[in-house]
Amino acid sequence: MPKRTDIQKILLIGSGPIVIGQGCEFDYSGVQACKVLKQDGFEVVLVNSNPATVMTDPELADRTYIEPLTCDILHEIIRRERPDAILPTLGGQTALNLAMELNKNGILKRYHVELIGASADAIARAEDRQLFKKTMQDLGLDLPQSGSAHSESEADAIARTIGTWPLIIRPGFTLGGTGGGIAHDEAEFSEIVRRGLEASLNHEVLIEESLLGWKEFEMEVMRDKKGSSVIVCSIENLDPMGVHTGDSITVAPIQTLTDREYQEMRDDSLRVLAAIGVETGGSNVQWAVNPDTGRRIIIEMNPRVSRSSALASKATGFPIAKIAAKLAVGYTLDELRNDITGSTPSCFEPALDYIVTKIPRFTFEKFPAADPTLGTQMKSVGEVMAIGRNFKQSLQKALRSLETGRAGFGADGKDEAFESASDEVLEEKLVKPNAERIFWLRAAFKRGWDVEKVFFLTQIDRFFLRHLRELAMFEDEIASAGTLKKLAADPALFRQAKEFGYSDRQIAFLLNSTENAVAAQRRKSGLLPSFGAVDTCAGEFEAITPYYYSTYADSGEPVRPRCDKKSIMVLGGGPNRIGQGIEFDYCCCHAAFALRKAGYEVVMVNSNPETVSTDYDTSDKLYFEPLTLEDIMHIYEREQCSGVIVQFGGQTPLNLAQALKAAGANVIGTSPDDIDLAEDRDYFKQLATKIGILQPESGIAHTVDEALAIAEKIGYPVLVRPSFVLGGRGMVIVYKEKYLRKFAEEAARVAEGKPILIDRFLENAIELDVDCISDGETTVIGAILEHVEPAGCHSGDSASITPPMSLSKEILEQIRVYAREFAAALHVNGLMNMQLAVKDGNIYMIEVNPRASRTIPFVSKAIGVHLAGLAALCMTGSKLADLGFTREVVLPYTAVKEAVFPFVKFPGVDIVLTPEMKSTGEVMCLDPDWGIAYLKSQLAAGSRLPKQGSVFLSVKDQDKPRIVEVARKLVELGFRLYATLGTSTLLCNEGIRVNALFRISKGRPNLLDLIHEGEIQWVINTSENGAEAMVDEIRMRSKSIAAGIPITTTIAGAEAAVDGLRDQLEFGRFEVSCLQEYHRHIHQMRTARK
Amino acid sequence: MDNHKDLWKQQRERKAFLALADGTVFHGYAFGDLHDRMGEAVFNTGMTGYQEIISDPSYAGQFVTLTTAEVGNYGCTQEDMESRSLFLNGLIVQELNPASNWRSREELSAIMKRYGKPGLAGVDTRALTLHLRTKGSQKAYLHVSEETITEEEAVKRAQAWEGLEGQDYASIVTTPVPYDWNDDGKYHVIVYDFGVKYNILRMLAARDMRVTVVPASTPPEVVLGAKPDGIFLSNGPADPSAVTYAIENIRVLLGHGIPMMGICLGHQLLGLACGAKCGRLKFGHHGCNHPVKNILTGEVAISSQNHNFALTDLPAELELTHINLNDNTIEGIRHKTLPAFSVQYHPEAAPGPHDAAGLFDAFRKLMEDSRS
Repeated sequence: MPKRTDIQKILLIGSGPIVIGQGCEFDYSGVQACKVLKQDGFEVVLVNSNPATVMTDPELADRTYIEPLTCDILHEIIRRERPDAILPTLGGQTALNLAMELNKNGILKRYHVELIGASADAIARAEDRQLFKKTMQDLGLDLPQSGSAHSESEADAIARTIGTWPLIIRPGFTLGGTGGGIAHDEAEFSEIVRRGLEASLNHEVLIEESLLGWKEFEMEVMRDKKGSSVIVCSIENLDPMGVHTGDSITVAPIQTLTDREYQEMRDDSLRVLAAIGVETGGSNVQWAVNPDTGRRIIIEMNPRVSRSSALASKATGFPIAKIAAKLAVGYTLDELRNDITGSTPSCFEPALDYIVTKIPRFTFEKFPAADPTLGTQMKSVGEVMAIGRNFKQSLQKALRSLETGRAGFGADGKDEAFESASDEVLEEKLVKPNAERIFWLRAAFKRGWDVEKVFFLTQIDRFFLRHLRELAMFEDEIASAGTLKKLAADPALFRQAKEFGYSDRQIAFLLNSTENAVAAQRRKSGLLPSFGAVDTCAGEFEAITPYYYSTYADSGEPVRPRCDKKSIMVLGGGPNRIGQGIEFDYCCCHAAFALRKAGYEVVMVNSNPETVSTDYDTSDKLYFEPLTLEDIMHIYEREQCSGVIVQFGGQTPLNLAQALKAAGANVIGTSPDDIDLAEDRDYFKQLATKIGILQPESGIAHTVDEALAIAEKIGYPVLVRPSFVLGGRGMVIVYKEKYLRKFAEEAARVAEGKPILIDRFLENAIELDVDCISDGETTVIGAILEHVEPAGCHSGDSASITPPMSLSKEILEQIRVYAREFAAALHVNGLMNMQLAVKDGNIYMIEVNPRASRTIPFVSKAIGVHLAGLAALCMTGSKLADLGFTREVVLPYTAVKEAVFPFVKFPGVDIVLTPEMKSTGEVMCLDPDWGIAYLKSQLAAGSRLPKQGSVFLSVKDQDKPRIVEVARKLVELGFRLYATLGTSTLLCNEGIRVNALFRISKGRPNLLDLIHEGEIQWVINTSENGAEAMVDEIRMRSKSIAAGIPITTTIAGAEAAVDGLRDQLEFGRFEVSCLQEYHRHIHQMRTARK
Repeated sequence: MDNHKDLWKQQRERKAFLALADGTVFHGYAFGDLHDRMGEAVFNTGMTGYQEIISDPSYAGQFVTLTTAEVGNYGCTQEDMESRSLFLNGLIVQELNPASNWRSREELSAIMKRYGKPGLAGVDTRALTLHLRTKGSQKAYLHVSEETITEEEAVKRAQAWEGLEGQDYASIVTTPVPYDWNDDGKYHVIVYDFGVKYNILRMLAARDMRVTVVPASTPPEVVLGAKPDGIFLSNGPADPSAVTYAIENIRVLLGHGIPMMGICLGHQLLGLACGAKCGRLKFGHHGCNHPVKNILTGEVAISSQNHNFALTDLPAELELTHINLNDNTIEGIRHKTLPAFSVQYHPEAAPGPHDAAGLFDAFRKLMEDSRS
């Protein structure tokens, strides 16, 4: 059956900002969906608040709303657009929840909007624990003993009925398992139940029998409306049950099930889809299997495209989201072609002749107070995927893709901490799952522990353990060669080491050699990787889509000819982490789009399965490989690239720039030397002086004592940071000497012997980000962004506004002059980002980065110009004049970017903003009125500022003068105020009515009581920068986050929010408008001026 | 640890090899029974089910190359045997693993050894598969023994081998004597064993049929004498055109209007008996992921497949019921006037998806209808 003709306009809901549990995989799915729906002639309306996505590019949908993802805003959009259908299954849990809310509120019915992909009933059956359980029971499937509770006493009763520990607690209707956990005793149980009830949207928790240690599997299923179904990919978790699947190392295809077990699981997975009522599209079904008896239990199913769908798509070459979108509009699987082979239908099950390993990427170093134990609540912020011809190779490639400094499964000189631990510590690290467990496993085998002992401690399947043990043992086999020369004399052993996935770095370590020497020897010995194709069919049919991975084998895929085109390599950003995420992938994609359009062949290299860049549609040739010198250079040589672009993928490729150049690659754009110069403090200081811009006083310390001396000289507060880091890692503001000592010690540890930089901290300065582009001759400003939060909060964590609101014309003009001078001095070809501070009318230069910045997507959306694409063309020799971009765009509206934080996932971690970046994602909002734009951004970031009710105020001394005005406005807007003693006295003296509360540790009633009673709707709390936050304040903020109460931690944020609330009341309601309309206003304004 | 060292050494020396008749040689290390063999090299892209594959009599005379990366992981168990023995000539894999599954009773290498079948591990099976895909299935010589033999000599031996073309392997793998699979059942079905897989018998029995298995060459009179409710034509190895006696017998039996179902070789034989033509596919269908469309209902099933031959031209009395969506070859037929149908693929799965199990119900329905 061909596509439906009774619907014309489809609303697609995106997944909003990147948060833990919902990453850029939904940009990937959204992009695929937009593309195919448009190709099929549908009018596509898209809503997503995340500007860093490719899907929100104005070309992808007909109408693109970058607006908060709330029911009210969607109501506005539906009222305006009148879509025939909503496709909610490609925007993660966010879209699904919104679709349910729209349905519940009668909006779908009122506007005759049909849910396609999954009906409300099907979603409810999958999402509502009770309904799901009943549906599965009716199917005759085995379930864990369980019950659902809506109160603590109900929960206790269920625990008594089940009668065994541990118990698993899962809240209903949340993202990525927020608020869940495993309880081993009564105390833990009541704590987690309380947290879960708070986190659940429907105040429900599920309590169930523990399946800890059982094997965990996942099946990715596609189904069409005729009921034809296929398993796209089967996945086995290396980490057994107990670790959230998003935090588990996983492997595809399933490795340890007999055909009988596998096929029964397949049959049941298909039955689950049918019973839940998934009409069309992709779903995943998760299973637990008892390793001793084979008893199989259904864990859950998601009636939508999920994180594992992205993984499954990249692992198999089957474009799940694209096909899901096609199926939702009426096609059937047998009508759709398999893009990879071009000759066979999509109605098939991919066959893999390789092993795919996914490893999650964590950032516990950003949240030292967070519990690093892995459990049912997802904590990872990104993931890598690697493809190898065998498990060992695949695992080692994945480990070196992680970019945590490891060259593979150990043997890289970084095993010391693991190997020297006591047996007790080692046992504990094996028993309690943690981010580094894989390396503890290696240590155990190195110590001579056998597979059975490690199995007893971890319940990780012996299949995996045996391979890990073999790898740990094989190090000695390599080392037994003694020297690189002797290894080269035994080509079979050399080759075997590569087959086992050992990187040149590991071999160098084992043989006391260098990476370069090993690489050179391999080339001399003719030991080069071959490349396999991800062809969906294990070689049975010819593949037309060039999607490759490296391995060491007898023969491989030949190089695909590229006619007379020049080939440009674009290096991706690797795994998402805090500070380096989807923004950079967006830039890589745009480089690919622009270069392909300009007639180049684009070779993409990346290891992140969640991204658009690793979609085989994005580039001409896709290499799913670790981003290391070794792996990249083989591809560069194989494809005979004429250039490689390093400035779009964040720090990952930048760190490789010099090595790539040294290895003979032609790094195009700003040269690696100039990139390094910008990081060189002395050079930079001279340059700033030459250009005539101020810099905060600074010094470089190599020891803690030096640091103290410098700080004494330039005066506190100071900003302390190690060099060469991204995401502000290790950076902190220090007000007092005793803290400086502590932080200097820590910074030294993070930066591994590199010097510590100390700057005078410009308190209460306005911070700015300036993004510009240069072709080497002409430099054009993309946008100047003013931060809402004052200097001291990491630029990635601060709300930003463009055009700037509080700077004079003269200052802005001066900034433009500086930008042009810096770009010229650094010979920038491509993008450049400057961070500046303005204090008392003076402009200070903080740093200049001649590369794509995190704000490029936001700026590009705001001004309607694809800066990254233009920059890629500049790097290949085009001039901005030829590209038609020579003048800064003047905006007739305000664009606001706000950061989104993962605090809710890390209970007990303080949420105050510091120079260390902590946000995982961002939202964007636009409005002609800046206050409303800001307010919308708060809403979009999940901070639902109340229109009425009570506000709690507690501010640090230096904010006291400014809080008075905020408080006064709040009272005018009809809010009730609460404040701690100090703040309330101040306000009373100013004649503002306010209720005084005790500090938490001083008595009751205090804020915690009021929050508990639902009396507080908003918390405004600012605290001393740099000082260790008081226990009281941490508790206050954590409690607010857990209770879902918006919390504002800067006085500037509070002022902006209050202005926004006032404006909102004036205008009556939020209005929505699409990006295409905003961009038209720019155009109209420009035309009018001419 | 020490045996690891030995194994690693063996793995990297790669002394054993598979020599194809076209002169290409693929190296690896030996496992299972260490005697050289000749056979036809084919591949299978299924990701599970190696035990079902090695015990499937249809692979008689063949070296089966498994494309899936890691093999042996879940061991072997008597319950998953698809016949009384292993009939293939050798197994070629990439990575060989010891077992890790609660059902396992025996290692893959041990069962191969027990049945006297050689294996070759450490092979770049993707390269071999791509080679077979472009050059077609090939005669080959598998060298796993201690005997010294040059690669050239092995190639010559492969070329000199008679091959599977025109060979009646059904008579080799069939049961020597008739036997009853079960005692009870509403319908009595006689199964012609051309190399039947046990799961066919299991699935027939599960549908209330009393199953009697008879040798491939059993004359029609004997079958008719048992007054069966249905006749089943099993799967089997090699070339259907070589099994001329079976084609004759089926033609006779068809005339009696007894419900008849065929699978794989049985399907080809039914087709040939009705006047269809049968040809050799370039490299056959060997996997668990082939989409088959029922062109009467539009339904698509993911099927298990293992065949090198396929029906081509259908006579007027046969109706095309199923096609392979990958290459549009014939996957199913039914007789327009008689109660007989057959499919090229494997509804009994084992290994593979169970999507097409309903065909056995259809067979039962034919018997029900013919009784009433």
